[in-house]
Amino acid sequence: MTWETVIGLEVHVQLATQSKLFSGSPTKFGAEPNTQANIYDLALPGTLPVMNKEVLRMAVSFGLAIDAEIGKRSVFDRKNYFYPDLPKGYQVSQLDFPTVGKGSLTIEMEDGTEKVIGVTRAHIEEDAGKSLHEDFQGMTGIDLNRAGTPLLEIVSEPDLRSAKEAVAYLKKLHSIILYLGISDGNMAQGSMRCDANVSVRKKGETEFGTRAEIKNINSFRFVEKAINHEVERQIDLIEDGGRVVQETRLYDSELNETRSMRSKEVANDYRYFPEPDLLPVVIDDDYIAAVQATMPELPNAKRARFVSEHGLSDYDAGVLTADRAMAEYFETVVTTCGDAKLAANWVSVDLLGLLNKADKGIAESPVSPEQLGTLIARIKDNTISGKIAKTVFEAMAEGEGDVDQIIENKGLKQVTDTGALESLVDEVITSNPDQVEQFRSGKEQVFGYLVGQAMKLSKGKANPGQVNKLLREKLNNG
Amino acid sequence: MLSKTVTELASALDRKETSAVELTQAFLDRIQQLNPSINAYITVTAEQALAQAAKADAIRADGNAGPLTGIPIAHKDIFCTTDVLTTCGSKMLHNFISPYSATVVERLEAAGAVMLGKTNMDEFAMGSSNETSHYGAVRNPWDQERVPGGSSGGSAAAVAADLCAMATGTDTGGSIRQPASFCGITGLKPTYGRVSRFGMIAFASSLDQAGPLTKSAEDAALMMNAIAGTDQRDSTSLDLPAEDFTAMLGDSLQGLKVGLPKQHFSKDLNPAVSDLLQGAIKVLESLGATVKEVDLPNNHLSVPSYYVIAPAEASANLSRYDGVRYGYRCEDPVNLEDLYKRSRSEGFGDEVKRRILVGTYALSAGYYDAYYKKAQKIRRLIKQDFDAAFEDVDVILGPTSPHTAFKLGEKNSDPVTMYLEDIYTIAVNLAGLPGMSLPIGQINNLPIGMQLIGPSFGEARLLNVAHQYQLNTDWHQQRPEV
Amino acid sequence: MALDKSDVEKIAHLARLEINQADTQEVTQRISNILAMIDQMQSIDTDSVDPMAHPFDATQRLREDEVTETNQRERLQRISPATEQGLFLVPKVIE
Repeated sequence: MTWETVIGLEVHVQLATQSKLFSGSPTKFGAEPNTQANIYDLALPGTLPVMNKEVLRMAVSFGLAIDAEIGKRSVFDRKNYFYPDLPKGYQVSQLDFPTVGKGSLTIEMEDGTEKVIGVTRAHIEEDAGKSLHEDFQGMTGIDLNRAGTPLLEIVSEPDLRSAKEAVAYLKKLHSIILYLGISDGNMAQGSMRCDANVSVRKKGETEFGTRAEIKNINSFRFVEKAINHEVERQIDLIEDGGRVVQETRLYDSELNETRSMRSKEVANDYRYFPEPDLLPVVIDDDYIAAVQATMPELPNAKRARFVSEHGLSDYDAGVLTADRAMAEYFETVVTTCGDAKLAANWVSVDLLGLLNKADKGIAESPVSPEQLGTLIARIKDNTISGKIAKTVFEAMAEGEGDVDQIIENKGLKQVTDTGALESLVDEVITSNPDQVEQFRSGKEQVFGYLVGQAMKLSKGKANPGQVNKLLREKLNNG
Repeated sequence: MLSKTVTELASALDRKETSAVELTQAFLDRIQQLNPSINAYITVTAEQALAQAAKADAIRADGNAGPLTGIPIAHKDIFCTTDVLTTCGSKMLHNFISPYSATVVERLEAAGAVMLGKTNMDEFAMGSSNETSHYGAVRNPWDQERVPGGSSGGSAAAVAADLCAMATGTDTGGSIRQPASFCGITGLKPTYGRVSRFGMIAFASSLDQAGPLTKSAEDAALMMNAIAGTDQRDSTSLDLPAEDFTAMLGDSLQGLKVGLPKQHFSKDLNPAVSDLLQGAIKVLESLGATVKEVDLPNNHLSVPSYYVIAPAEASANLSRYDGVRYGYRCEDPVNLEDLYKRSRSEGFGDEVKRRILVGTYALSAGYYDAYYKKAQKIRRLIKQDFDAAFEDVDVILGPTSPHTAFKLGEKNSDPVTMYLEDIYTIAVNLAGLPGMSLPIGQINNLPIGMQLIGPSFGEARLLNVAHQYQLNTDWHQQRPEV
Repeated sequence: MALDKSDVEKIAHLARLEINQADTQEVTQRISNILAMIDQMQSIDTDSVDPMAHPFDATQRLREDEVTETNQRERLQRISPATEQGLFLVPKVIE
């Protein structure tokens, strides 16, 4: 029996505003408990919400990034349920009139194939606080610092057909929100959280199977593992004659399994109704155009431009545009050195290698894009060879100074003076009579060895092109 | 002295016949003497009041006094007041010392008014008799066997019994106007959005509105000048240019067109009330007004739709009272559900619980369209009825309440009977319009008011009509013997 | 629409209210009476009417994204029934 997996993702993205969605409390991560919760966040009687302007702009920019319908009139609703991390006893969210309507985004798989994934909607809502289950005399502690932080909940269509596609979708979303600068996208800190609706059906069937919702998966890796585990569980269940129950399951990353959550509400009856403390949020075409005007170039457009403008391969362009900071780094290098292909190589091979080894992000790179650009420029103007450049790069990474400083201090400047090179070549010819003889008798392969000897003698500083030329002249004329 | 209006007190203070401190002390003495029987106040803030009064005297001495400087006021206990107990008439908030003040309270304080204390009210403003208060019923100063009306019953009784010069109230379905009628004073519910709801404990957010309870229309206008105006902290407060509500008081009523809703003057109207209304109409006609009948065809649906919308909003507004962060918490909860259920069941009174249940039901799956959505559609029809009526008339006139104050316990057996007490006032809240009640006579020595309803933002016109009426009558000057 | 006891128990749970067994009958009756009054709404056709959530067609004002609040924890927790190390305490939550 062959099975098909059907996945829809609900991704909660914390918007990177200074203050909360409906109050002026700060939103910094990691503050002392309840020091960022004011009278509204604590749901004191008589308090009222006032909406943060920036949240609207961020939501609209996301909508534009995924070519979505933008809600000209969005309405907040109350979603009612009791939970200690929900101080008002309702969450302010958007039900029928979300700020972002239907849109889509294109994901790329490892084999280069592309697929369009539908986004049903993205709505603005408040985050909840946190329950801390460490033992306080057998009690649970409630921290409301996070309560009221703005979230964008992005709901996909059930268009994803494998855990790998789900991960690709999530990475694409992650890339877009970072490009837009609307979230730090930090999954470990919960700035981006993912719930997955997973079901299976026999291949060829058109009806969806019963789905289970897996809650709060907090890394790309766990998304793949949690979904694969859940798919296996469901298939085993059905093949053993059982049935999938619609329920919420929690992924346990340590045991790599999902388990049923004790149902929060006997019957989930959220009793949504329009939030009477807020009025409809109305925007016009001018507003949308103004947001559009401030939109940065998005990954797909940038990738296409890198191919057309910089002549990069589609693969290289993809690597360099996956991360906005990386793409910007690359373009600064190009501007400084004027050679996109060399720049692409240095950034995607040498720089990335260095950062991966040090487990650092591009923002923390010890080598600035201007420094790397200058380094490449020095290769191009023959000040140093490509090989010496690696030494200079390493020295820069160690913080030994700028390119020219290091070249100067270490005496790495390439030897291009014909006189000096001639004596170098002469010395090689003199000290390697056997090899010279072999070459002259037609053994071309030996030439490389002789060049190598010359380079070695110059400690890598000789200009390899000139050495080649001089050596060949002297051998042929000798 | 204590029965004087705000205007009269301000000139007495100006003429140095008394000081704010003396005046405040005199009110405090009277409260001490009479509050044990009337039960109008839940909290008396004597010390703070005297300090505020001293400050007011200093401001007056510096020549910076405004119309409310040094005037003693009582706040309905629905308004949060910094460092002062704010109970909303509920055991749920029996220990809630508010860490902040409502905009209304701040603005009155800034205007120099002296807060005497916090007045009794129906629990969470749910009631029409003040009998649902955790702090006991308020007695009507005209007859202590009778209710003062509700939910702003403490404020109305305090004004009527000269336990303050003026008071704040809130009105969700008639809670300023009906007690004003029962206690023989003047009360105004402003246009929805006119006065900030920040710091005013929510009952039904789309209906609640704060307003003045006073001894005259002129006093109400002075209070409106202090409390009205947009507030960035309340998204539903309207952005309107500042307005002087006293500006039109002296205008002539010549040419005023008064609408009489045929639904309010039906055969169901109590004949004694009808007679008094006819008398009031004659006064207005003698001042140059003309009357005509208007039609409010959906008025009979106002109580049913209100009892969906208000409980639905309330059911969510009151979810925050869970025993976790403030307020009443049950003893030794065994688990989370026990904490919630016992804190809420022990902390809320029966009427509040009943309305939460009705509201929860109306919003629950399968019933939303039949109840909540339907009620909101009827709300629009009711608003449209008023809009059509105001094409033809400047103000609408009718009864505030079906009768005078009833006896304590008289209407407790069936909630629906109590709900119908607000049959004349509720539609005004649904439509968001300004409405006021002012005394127009007495039946068996009990006062009764008439209701004036204006188009949106028509407060100044209502106050003008009421003031002109009061210049030509003395019902508003009648005081109970307490 | 008349309610039965189980309806009342269900909504009471949704609202986290406890109703004494002894009172359920009376509560059910009173709420049924209220619903009967409310059902007068069904007497008119409102199919073509838009629901009205607010008295005015005003739109939401937006505030600047600025932090205007400072830490008030001590003051705000002075009125709290149970706190420890800055946290509000509730009976253990089992997920």
